[in-house]
Amino acid sequence: MKHIKGIFAVIAIVMLSAFTTVSSGYKIGDIATDFKLKSSDGTSVSLSDYKDAKGFIVIFTCNTCPYSVAYEDRIVALDKKYKGKGYPVIAIMPNNPDVQPQDNMEAMIQRAKSKGFTFPYLMDEGQKISPQYGATKTPEVYVLQKTSKGNQVKYIGAIDDNYQDASAVKSKYVENAVDALLSGQQIKEPQTRAIGCSIKL
Amino acid sequence: MELYFYTMRIVCLLLLILTASCKNESRQNEKAVDLDYNEDFSTVPLEIYDFEGLKPFLKTNTDKTYVVNFWATWCAPCIKELPYFEQLNAAYSDKNVEVILVSLDFPKKYDSHLKPFIKKNNLKSKVVALDDNDSNTWIPAINPDWSGAIPATLIFNKEKRQFYEKTFTYEELETEIKQFLN
Repeated sequence: MKHIKGIFAVIAIVMLSAFTTVSSGYKIGDIATDFKLKSSDGTSVSLSDYKDAKGFIVIFTCNTCPYSVAYEDRIVALDKKYKGKGYPVIAIMPNNPDVQPQDNMEAMIQRAKSKGFTFPYLMDEGQKISPQYGATKTPEVYVLQKTSKGNQVKYIGAIDDNYQDASAVKSKYVENAVDALLSGQQIKEPQTRAIGCSIKL
Repeated sequence: MELYFYTMRIVCLLLLILTASCKNESRQNEKAVDLDYNEDFSTVPLEIYDFEGLKPFLKTNTDKTYVVNFWATWCAPCIKELPYFEQLNAAYSDKNVEVILVSLDFPKKYDSHLKPFIKKNNLKSKVVALDDNDSNTWIPAINPDWSGAIPATLIFNKEKRQFYEKTFTYEELETEIKQFLN
């Protein structure tokens, strides 16, 4: 019993100190916040707008990061494949355009047009959403599943395991995650890591 | 007893969350570097490794302290702090400190961007390129707390090891390195 008391004391201290530090963002199973952000098509977009969606593929991405650029076609392909199945792509541009001018709204509009984005490309105005999610880099994906409690985080990480060559990909992490959700299976790799560009706040 | 193990797991988990939340992110404004060269730089020597090949650079049995910086020519905050690593390498070489710059540039950019950058900036620190697609394996192997964003820096000697997912000023680098030289 003595041990257990001591452990609870440790837990209390850890929790207290945890609350005094900056939140490190979502873990698998957390409920993700909704938002209302301006899209490159001139509308405002919230997750709650998507009444029929089963969930979302939220991707923090931008114009300027070479890794994001390398993945643009694959992000479009993801949206085309999964929008009809209830998991649309929602792209959020998390950089501060004062710091990274080529990521301003005008540049976002241009990019969305030239690459034929089939999904909303949203400006995280004031850079409020990426810190809540805990995104640190672009590109970074959060797969959310709609539940009675809200949009639950089911996958965090990379799109796949080869940024350089789409044809040499061995593990399509995001597709595997969404496929698992669609068939009610466990996600085998709920968290993966890849190199990315630090988000410019 | 069962409760004991269960509680221990929670403690470990909380500690993990806590360490993950302690990352000090400081980001700075920086203009992209213009790299437009007509010269042929393909003859500039460059060592290229996969993660297995890089591993020997990430540990030591000697008395040396290593500062390993992960960067890329396209990463503006990396380019901004690079001169501080060069400065550190020069100023502390007589104190048994060596800086290694690990480039994460795309292999197709080695000749067009990385090699010209090394030559033009006359980099004195050792530069190696890491070409390994399996980042999901090697990022957590380098440090479990690394999200994968660059710049990132590892400082170690045979006794101590510290990982930083942040940008550095020269003063900050000096402060850190001094903790390894005591």
